[in-house]
Amino acid sequence: MWYLLLSAFLFAIGTFGVLVRRNPLVMFMCIELMLNAVNLTFVTLGRQLGSISGQTIVFFVLVVAAAEVVVGLSIIVAIMRRRAGVNADDLAELKG
Amino acid sequence: MVDFLWFVPAFPLLGAVIMLLFGRRIGDPRSGWLATLAPTASFLVVAAIFADLLSKPANEREHVVNLFSWIGVGSLRVKMAIVADPLSITMALFVTGIGALIHLYSIGYMHGDPKYSKFFLYLNLFIFSMLMLVLGENLLVTFLGWEGVGACSYLLISFWHTRNSAAVAGKKAFIANRVGDFGVMIAMFLAFSTIGTLSYSGINEAARGGTLAPVTATAIALLLFLGACGKSAQLPLYFWLPDAMEGPTPVSALIHAATMVTAGVFLMTRIAPVLAVSYHFAPMIIAVVGGVTALFAATIAVAQNDIKRVLAYSTVSQLGFMFMAVGSGAYVAAIFLMVTHAFFKALLFLGSGSVIHGVNHEQDMRRMGNLRLLMPITSLTFLVGWLAIAGVPPFAGFWSKDEVLLHVFANNRALYVVGLAAALLTAYYMTRQVIMVFFGRARWQDHSGEHGAHGDFVPHESPRIMLVPLVLLAGLSVLGGALQLPFTAHTEFLDRWLAPVIEESQISIAGTWAFDNKYLLMFLATVVALVGIAAAIAVYVKRVVRPLEPRVLEQAWYYDTAVSQAIAGPGARAFNAIAWVDLHIVDGAVNGVATLVRRSAGVTRKAQSGFVRTYAAVIGLGAVLLVAWFAWRSIS
Repeated sequence: MWYLLLSAFLFAIGTFGVLVRRNPLVMFMCIELMLNAVNLTFVTLGRQLGSISGQTIVFFVLVVAAAEVVVGLSIIVAIMRRRAGVNADDLAELKG
Repeated sequence: MVDFLWFVPAFPLLGAVIMLLFGRRIGDPRSGWLATLAPTASFLVVAAIFADLLSKPANEREHVVNLFSWIGVGSLRVKMAIVADPLSITMALFVTGIGALIHLYSIGYMHGDPKYSKFFLYLNLFIFSMLMLVLGENLLVTFLGWEGVGACSYLLISFWHTRNSAAVAGKKAFIANRVGDFGVMIAMFLAFSTIGTLSYSGINEAARGGTLAPVTATAIALLLFLGACGKSAQLPLYFWLPDAMEGPTPVSALIHAATMVTAGVFLMTRIAPVLAVSYHFAPMIIAVVGGVTALFAATIAVAQNDIKRVLAYSTVSQLGFMFMAVGSGAYVAAIFLMVTHAFFKALLFLGSGSVIHGVNHEQDMRRMGNLRLLMPITSLTFLVGWLAIAGVPPFAGFWSKDEVLLHVFANNRALYVVGLAAALLTAYYMTRQVIMVFFGRARWQDHSGEHGAHGDFVPHESPRIMLVPLVLLAGLSVLGGALQLPFTAHTEFLDRWLAPVIEESQISIAGTWAFDNKYLLMFLATVVALVGIAAAIAVYVKRVVRPLEPRVLEQAWYYDTAVSQAIAGPGARAFNAIAWVDLHIVDGAVNGVATLVRRSAGVTRKAQSGFVRTYAAVIGLGAVLLVAWFAWRSIS
């Protein structure tokens, strides 16, 4: 039960961070935080329900997260190289 | 040996690829030699398969070689399969054999042309397509070849495309063929929707087994005949063939006389069982169209002055004979005439090419004359071709034309008279041509005077490389009749050889009056041929009467003019109406939908603020709402 509360807390921090911070790198770290909060939930519930699937799926999430980090970080680095010190709200070229 | 069948189309395809990639680098005479190798190699393979099949009993002479599964959608399964049976091997033999000879001839004829290697690329591609057409095991593979030869024909007719008339003639051939192809396509759809297969064995099996309704069979046969009319230049779609003579002469010989134009006859022979179960009027239509075309084209040929146009109309006329045979159920006779016609017509065309080459690209027969001493081998071989096409025994044309006329007589005597009249005119116009080109007064001097550039110009014999094919084809034109001598069943080789494919569709004439009196008919045909020759000699040498060459015949009964006026007048208005419907109603509907989408998008796109954090907030809100909704549902 405490583990679930912890993961919910972590998820909330992550969500809040994504919504309020403007530094792309920090937003990105917050997304990672949310992912790991979910992982924690999976492991907890997997243990409580005595099912191995909960732990298995965490591996998939880790792999996807790793791939996502590669792509996301390279995009961020590329953006930072072109426009140093930019924040997420300045990147609004796709405004309709 | 039959397993090597795929080598047969593969060699010309390989040749075409090599010509495409390296042709220009290989250079003028050498690329021609290389390209000649391809059909020669194919010919050797086909000959080996022929010998192999011949050594087998008659009922084991059909082999299907599956290359790969081409199309497999739902119940439509089409294999890329080629078949070796007596019919396809006969076709492949003369396609590759004559193809190789014409390649050889072209090495000399095209020498010095700036697009030398490209010419051989097209020729190889043509041989490949033609082989797919005749070897194909189903309608779709045949259609692939059918379109391929059409495309090659277009490319080769307009080979000298800087000349406007050549470009126009190429387009004309292509469009006329499209009209026919549309028939073939609908026939394919019909065969698939009713029989459920496109393979010849399946279609013919359905026809033999009685599961094919006569009305469907009639529709399929007549639609395929529409395609055959386009490809084989029959009325009403014949008009492209005379114009196709704008292409280089070897092309006229290969595509527009010996091979491609016989594709229609081949196709009708392939589906002979379907023709056999269709209503009686379907074969009758084919025979009548053939007969009328034969006579119609022969009358036009009488008044032409271009050496190649005479031969072109003669080809149309001979193809008419073949369709008369097909319509009379005499498939063996049709194939027999097709093979001998390929020999002597290729010979005549190559001979005319040699003449054109010799007199400095002059094609008007009024500016030739008395060439026999200056071009001894060309004139000698041309004379052989002349005797063969005129139907003088014992040359090949006599036997084949006689076989056709015999069956036509048994089928319908009125058609026989038409055929005999066409045969008479054939002998007449061919004699006229021979006299105008090789005998009489030498008129080519006037020509050199007119142009001034080459004052003392003397026609010359062509190089040896062009004469070798002429001599070989002349030999075949003399001996080709031996394929099917009508004396006893034993001498009818072609009949026995083709029997496994078309025996049950062939209408037997044994026991009819015509069969019992075939020697009388043969005698009559000979007399008619000799009368035609004598009449031409009387008119053009002895000058007993003035030549009768009315303008209406020279202008081909104004058929072309009528067609162009119909297309330009009411036709153009109809097309404009269709274009209006397309522009305003079909396109209008499409454009309307597009406009609607653009307008509504203009409203909704405001939601895209471009702020990543807003998007994230909306996603989060949506997720919360979704969870809330699911929770509420599971509670209530």
